[in-house]
Amino acid sequence: MLDVIGAPSVDALFADVPAGALLSAPIAGLAPHASEMAVERHMKRHASRNLVAGEVPFFLGAGAYRHHIPASVDHLIQRGEFLTAYTPYQPEIAQGTLQVLFEFQTQVARLFGTDIANASMYDGSTACWEAIAMACRVTRRGRAVLSGGLHPHYAGTAATMARFAGDALELLAPELSPEADDAAVIAALDGETACVVVQYPDVFGRIPDLAAIAEAAHARGALLVAVVTDPVMLGLLEAPGALGADIVVGEGQSLGVGLQFGGPYLGLFGCNEKFVRQMPGRLCGETVDADGKRGFVLTLSTREQHIRREKATSNICTNSGLCALAFSIHLSLLGGEGLARMARASHANARALAQALAAIPGVSVLNSAYGEEFTVLLPREARGVVRDLAARGVLGGVALGRLFPGSAGLHHAVVVCTSECTTPQDIAALAEALTEILHGAAA
Amino acid sequence: MSRYFTKDHEWVEVEGNVGTIGITDYAQAQLGDITYVEAPEVGKVLARGDTAAVVDSVKAAADVYAPVAGTVCAVNAALEGEPELVNTDPELGGWLFRLTMGDPEELTGLMDAAAYADYLTGL
Amino acid sequence: MSAPNAAGWRPTMVAGTPASTAETSSGDRGLALEEALIFELATNATCGVDFDGDDVAPDPALSRFLRGAAPALPGLSEPEAVRHYTRLSRQNYAIDLGPFPLGSCTMKHNPRLNEKIARLPGFADIHPLAPAQTVQGALAVIAELADWLVALTGMAGVAMTPKAGAHGELCGLLCIRAAHEAMQGPGGQNRRLVLVPESAHGTNPATAAFAGYGVESIPAAADGRVDLAALLARLEGEAAAEVAAVMITNPNTCGLFERDMVAISAAAHAAGAYVYCDGANFNAIVGKVRPGDLGIDAMHINLHKTFSTPHGGGGPGSGPVVLSAALVPFAPLPFVARGADGAMTLIEEENAGEHHPHSFGRMAAFHGQMGMFTRALAYILSHGADGLAQVAEDAVLNANYVLRSLEDVLEAPFAAAGPCMHEALFSDNGLGGGFSTLDIAKGLIDEGFHPMTVYFPLVVHGAMLVEPTETESKAGLDRFIASLRSLALRARAGDDSLKSAPHFAPRRRLDETLAARKPRLVWRED
Repeated sequence: MLDVIGAPSVDALFADVPAGALLSAPIAGLAPHASEMAVERHMKRHASRNLVAGEVPFFLGAGAYRHHIPASVDHLIQRGEFLTAYTPYQPEIAQGTLQVLFEFQTQVARLFGTDIANASMYDGSTACWEAIAMACRVTRRGRAVLSGGLHPHYAGTAATMARFAGDALELLAPELSPEADDAAVIAALDGETACVVVQYPDVFGRIPDLAAIAEAAHARGALLVAVVTDPVMLGLLEAPGALGADIVVGEGQSLGVGLQFGGPYLGLFGCNEKFVRQMPGRLCGETVDADGKRGFVLTLSTREQHIRREKATSNICTNSGLCALAFSIHLSLLGGEGLARMARASHANARALAQALAAIPGVSVLNSAYGEEFTVLLPREARGVVRDLAARGVLGGVALGRLFPGSAGLHHAVVVCTSECTTPQDIAALAEALTEILHGAAA
Repeated sequence: MSRYFTKDHEWVEVEGNVGTIGITDYAQAQLGDITYVEAPEVGKVLARGDTAAVVDSVKAAADVYAPVAGTVCAVNAALEGEPELVNTDPELGGWLFRLTMGDPEELTGLMDAAAYADYLTGL
Repeated sequence: MSAPNAAGWRPTMVAGTPASTAETSSGDRGLALEEALIFELATNATCGVDFDGDDVAPDPALSRFLRGAAPALPGLSEPEAVRHYTRLSRQNYAIDLGPFPLGSCTMKHNPRLNEKIARLPGFADIHPLAPAQTVQGALAVIAELADWLVALTGMAGVAMTPKAGAHGELCGLLCIRAAHEAMQGPGGQNRRLVLVPESAHGTNPATAAFAGYGVESIPAAADGRVDLAALLARLEGEAAAEVAAVMITNPNTCGLFERDMVAISAAAHAAGAYVYCDGANFNAIVGKVRPGDLGIDAMHINLHKTFSTPHGGGGPGSGPVVLSAALVPFAPLPFVARGADGAMTLIEEENAGEHHPHSFGRMAAFHGQMGMFTRALAYILSHGADGLAQVAEDAVLNANYVLRSLEDVLEAPFAAAGPCMHEALFSDNGLGGGFSTLDIAKGLIDEGFHPMTVYFPLVVHGAMLVEPTETESKAGLDRFIASLRSLALRARAGDDSLKSAPHFAPRRRLDETLAARKPRLVWRED
């Protein structure tokens, strides 16, 4: 090969690198190559030091949810034609990925009750900021109101971006009340507001009255952005779009993707069709080929960075393609009735958990209504309790003190979550361990 | 009535103090199939050279600049459903927007049809 | 003798059988299978999943929030689902099927060990908000990968949370903005511009705008590199005080190393600006050159490119950002700190005030793309310091082999000046007969290859950017070169059949104008 190239050595091909910067030997201090066996051994040692959710009583949610994933999902996404394909820029040989994206967009739009949806974003938190930015473009206003029930990581992401984008965010204070902060959200609206951002159900598991908020927002010329962190709950609850939300974003991880310590996840983004030119992210559309056969292409790409450069609607390049595939397969296996069944099963377990926990002296349930996730008030600081539970092999919830370190009033509360996977034994184990921690060994 | 052209391939048809603006046949041919026109809002005040509209083809988006200063008084509603008019009839039915001109004197800096034709042969 | 073939079975083709062009009643043709949409195949009453326990009606307290009917989503049984997605998969080209020479996208083999590792329950089935004491192994993976990235780049630290390359760019620019804002007095104020070479990928200016900056373009010189004189002039005098950063890709999008990188960095620093490097092409220099030695202040690393996490049909990506000492204090939350006793601590909002007070904040929920970290770390450990250097060497060797094997039939605008790095750039100048890059690309599809990157970078007419990567063998490269050569010769010979290629793919050229003029983005019954 060097003869064809006409170079004396491979190093001669690096002639443009300044002499001082070209390393002549492998970087010192780093290990040399290793066998498959050795790498697997090393990585398994790391893996063994983590407490696996599926092997213990598990009640964590707060933005990441552990639902049952059918075995065929992971089998199908590992087909090399999906796993090792690129973005479908050559549609003639990427119809598999493109048809999946078209089906995915339709599934998301139907689930959210929106006209259309895009081909996915990085995750729920970044999709949430993109929705705020889009609402500002659509309304030509620069102020957003964030409900106190919005996941603090989502609010924090939006706060970072707003600071640099020059938009004004009004983040309402989280309150430990049985109902969502609908009245506070409505009161914060003014004539400069581009959008209100409301999580549904909220981070405390409460369910806001989206229809009332939408009506108030629209009366002020503002948009309602609804945020769904677990789309499984839409098997049970009315779709946000049907309640008047203009943009619906969400985290799709709970269907098909799994926990994975927080990523990669799947940003869902749906909206009213009239905003399509202001949407961020990839869009797949239907068309025909030269023989008149139906086919699919990435479309409306003049919104995107590779054409519009500094005038693009977003700098996003990738979508979360493989996660969108997993989501779409899982949702296809469930169907509408299956999703509803799954949501009811998850909800029924939450009710059983609430009953068991409320029976513990000093423990009470905050929410007047909830789906699969709710807030529990403890007689003492919750972070220590969660750590004590973990020491007993129970992953017993997310302490609100960790999510809202600045809100001392929330530090006795913990948000707990069930799924269709939760068993009566899991619930009994949490109730027993919590009783012991709070009140000593049971009499 | 008279027509003027810019080096950025916009045309202005002037009637009284109203200018109708579009892109030239040369420009539409360069862009290829037009898929969407983002028109300015009626009432928007534009300085000369401001981005007034955006014309999208499949793989490109071109800004259309205001050839003269003015206030947008009309946009071509037909383009909403039929952006292809910019391809098929760029210099008449495919007009983009109308301006109430602020300073008609600015027209003197633009080319007439003959000068624009010369300009194109030099490209 | 008995009848030799009483059943009439003919094991081999009869000579003289005409080629079949007949339509089939199903629309399928042998193994070329068409597949309907799930909305046409199924109803929402079917469910391919079983549930435990009784179906219980929801709490009456929930009644005012309930939906009227189940969502209108079609359901498939498991065999139907397996068949639907398997049939769809067969309409995709993939790196598992053959070379995928997309310049600047880096499609190389995805080792399957990494898939196995990422699926260990100890990584795949752990919650991001589990107490730190229960996820010490996960935090150790993040810290170990961070150590490798810092060592390989010669930088001071790394922000691990960005979700993809473009998100990493944003992270780097926000660190720069935070650093300038933190400066008192002259030097920190009014820096509102980012300088971006015109050959840059579109994300660079888009990111700068998203981070609140204006964008100013820097021209390319005739040799395909940044016009050094123009850049240095821009960084001199009073007007330099408005420049926040120079955003540069190295190796650049023409496949060339920016020889003057050290001088560019020095000039930027002298002007009080920082240097952001787009690390999309780090795979060309990994283990051979440390960007920190070139004066870079921030660079994202696309784990899916250099460290071969799968592209998955368009993501997920992962874009950790390595940072110079000047920028590390501003890195986003959360991150992992290793204690003296080896225990891992997660620094997040709860404890940032004490450990990381200058952070610009949070860019996303949770801790970054853990599923990509495990794969990338397994890739790095498999290759080691020696193997990673060989990755770069072989990638550069393969690209130069492609360049020199084709420059007689395809114009290679910068080839005369010397070797390329990991990708070979050609243009459609000289094909003649109205043939363009698109025709060559679509012809490659018929030849059984994925096309190269086309019409990028913008600084070359009809650009064709070929990145073979190190995982193609010489025999594989020779087959690809032979096909590309034949296409170039067909174009030069005026073979018009190229203009309607592809002829043999699952679809012919698609009507993108129709798709954009009358967008149909969801399926509707009509």
